[in-house]
Amino acid sequence: MLLSLPALHLQTSEHHPLFQLPHGRLGPWCSPTGSPAPLSCEAGCGEGSWILVCRLLVPTQVSLLSMEEDIDTRKINNSFLRDHSYATEADIISTVEFNHTGELLATGDKGGRVVIFQREQESKNQVHRRGEYNVYSTFQSHEPEFDYLKSLEIEEKINKIRWLPQQNAAYFLLSTNDKTVKLWKVSERDKRPEGYNLKDEEGRLRDPATITTLRVPVLRPMDLMVEATPRRVFANAHTYHINSISVNSDYETYMSADDLRINLWNFEITNQSFNIVDIKPANMEELTEVITAAEFHPHHCNTFVYSSSKGTIRLCDMRASALCDRHTKFFEEPEDPSNRSFFSEIISSISDVKFSHSGRYIMTRDYLTVKVWDLNMENRPIETYQVHDYLRSKLCSLYENDCIFDKFECVWNGSDSVIMTGSYNNFFRMFDRNTKRDVTLEASRENSKPRAILKPRKVCVGGKRRKDEISVDSLDFSKKILHTAWHPSENIIAVAATNNLYIFQDKVN
Amino acid sequence: MFARGLKRKCDQEEVTEGFGTVPSYSLQRQSLLDMSLVKLQLCHMLVEPNLCRSVLIANTVRQIQEEMSRDGVWHPGAPQGAGRAPLDRLVSTEVLCRTARGPHGEQAVPESGESPSQTPAPGLCTVSLAQELRDPESGLWEMDSPRESRASFSKSLDQIFETLESKPPGSMEELLSDVESSYYDLDTVLTGVVSGSKPGLCGGLEGFTTAPSPPSSGCKSDLAELDHVVEILVET
Repeated sequence: MLLSLPALHLQTSEHHPLFQLPHGRLGPWCSPTGSPAPLSCEAGCGEGSWILVCRLLVPTQVSLLSMEEDIDTRKINNSFLRDHSYATEADIISTVEFNHTGELLATGDKGGRVVIFQREQESKNQVHRRGEYNVYSTFQSHEPEFDYLKSLEIEEKINKIRWLPQQNAAYFLLSTNDKTVKLWKVSERDKRPEGYNLKDEEGRLRDPATITTLRVPVLRPMDLMVEATPRRVFANAHTYHINSISVNSDYETYMSADDLRINLWNFEITNQSFNIVDIKPANMEELTEVITAAEFHPHHCNTFVYSSSKGTIRLCDMRASALCDRHTKFFEEPEDPSNRSFFSEIISSISDVKFSHSGRYIMTRDYLTVKVWDLNMENRPIETYQVHDYLRSKLCSLYENDCIFDKFECVWNGSDSVIMTGSYNNFFRMFDRNTKRDVTLEASRENSKPRAILKPRKVCVGGKRRKDEISVDSLDFSKKILHTAWHPSENIIAVAATNNLYIFQDKVN
Repeated sequence: MFARGLKRKCDQEEVTEGFGTVPSYSLQRQSLLDMSLVKLQLCHMLVEPNLCRSVLIANTVRQIQEEMSRDGVWHPGAPQGAGRAPLDRLVSTEVLCRTARGPHGEQAVPESGESPSQTPAPGLCTVSLAQELRDPESGLWEMDSPRESRASFSKSLDQIFETLESKPPGSMEELLSDVESSYYDLDTVLTGVVSGSKPGLCGGLEGFTTAPSPPSSGCKSDLAELDHVVEILVET
């Protein structure tokens, strides 16, 4: 589908405070001396505090109606009022990803739309607006489908977006729903040809009899238009739901992983893919383990990892065999017998796996912890961070309301020194690997005051609750931060909370 | 949505005099098993069920069942926890928070926890019906032999996993019969009564929440249905 939209800029004064600090050196975590400054956990204006850059409300389906002719009213369902803004279920952000330079930030939502934000360019007049992200392009990536053979709907929800490195003026990204991966090209157009012979200015055909002279069409500048076109559609290769896509470092291939299989694609070929992992048992009754996430090594194009619902990670080398059913490395931590319960397996299920930028480590997220593994040590992780251990005593209730199956993602910062993941009540957590300090922050409208610094939050586990603490029983489990992203080189983070996208930056003195 | 208020209610009830304490481990385990079975069956059939979630729940169920048979709790026909009201078993949060009540009397109410023991196969139906007739007082929540339950459980599991597989279009009838039988299972699961209609998921749920008929009339309608089926078979 070809969608031509002028570059949109949200009315920034409408919702959120805007303030920019002069962009100087990188944040305290990336100090050039090599010893990163500690993450400040104390409230206040100290080094290492995070400030809100902007809160972006993805335009609802209603506002897009004027631009599109086809109205699918089915998308506008379950409307509810939240924080004085109308939010439809289709607007729930389901994935967030910066591109390789950090200039662009893409979000996918439950309604199958992709919205790309672009960083405001630094200008002499408005030096304070640097770092703000504005809408660059919006397009409908996937539509709901119906599988007639199984009488089941195929959701249009965008599960993952991955950018390709930029090789020319256009931007390319992969977006996927449960069944189909698409390669989108996003390009700018700021000139158009004028002076056709056979068409008039409105595009109507001219009567040839009226043409008496010939002229050469010329390119004239026009308002910037950003077009998104689907260049490839990779369909019909997955029986089960796609949970991950990963672009290979050779930039020629990528992989898509579903619950039981992983396929390797070439970008140019859409009617074939190689199956490189298949864990489907001959008898489905014997199925006890599924693939939950997969990723290519950032530098070695033959290496990838995939995680499972049993808390294991397998590293595979595609040079070893065509079908990588036998892993090269197997990462698993022995179970702690003192913590054993009926929920042990469920909470050990890995929801996300990410290579570090260096390629030396992998990070995994299970329900209660984030773990960092050294690729050279398979028997246990080198670091374990508790995200919200206070939930350990609530597992039965969380099982009952299905929250225990929530899939949280995790991200590295550009220098691999800090890791971040989300939690409930719109909290998200950052862990400094060097100083071992951590901080809990909240992405909420109430705390978005102009020039406000994010105040660290604390959950009170038991006993006396201090003034600013929140007790476990007061946590809102419907407000979950599943998707976050970290700028590849700067301390700018994007946090998705339902239909809101928060962008935070570290405060640089 | 996490019921925030529920915990405070629990605390109050636990403290109140005369009501006993936190439910026993076996009670908790049993209600967890029931909750898991209900979760497995009540997949959102509009969209394909989440395979990862189903697998994790199924593993949890297996784990519980294995532990129960190791503990020797898995007896065919043995009354489980004298005087436990059958309704408690399905409303799991209430069970976990509420105290063990006294005997409610033998309301023979069909339980979805038991429904795996009632497979759609007519042969087994006869068996369970016969059991009901023989021993109505023991209540329908008594499990049949663990082997049967496991077989039927894994059969239900199989059906759930198979809906996710793309079947080769060998014959439309084959496909349709599979679909039909899975709906049929949902009904028997949720209402515990062999019924001719297939109301689908919502209907099944309604059948569960409303007060189901006592087994005596259920048995009668089952027998009548069985007769009808036999008549058809004999005639053809």
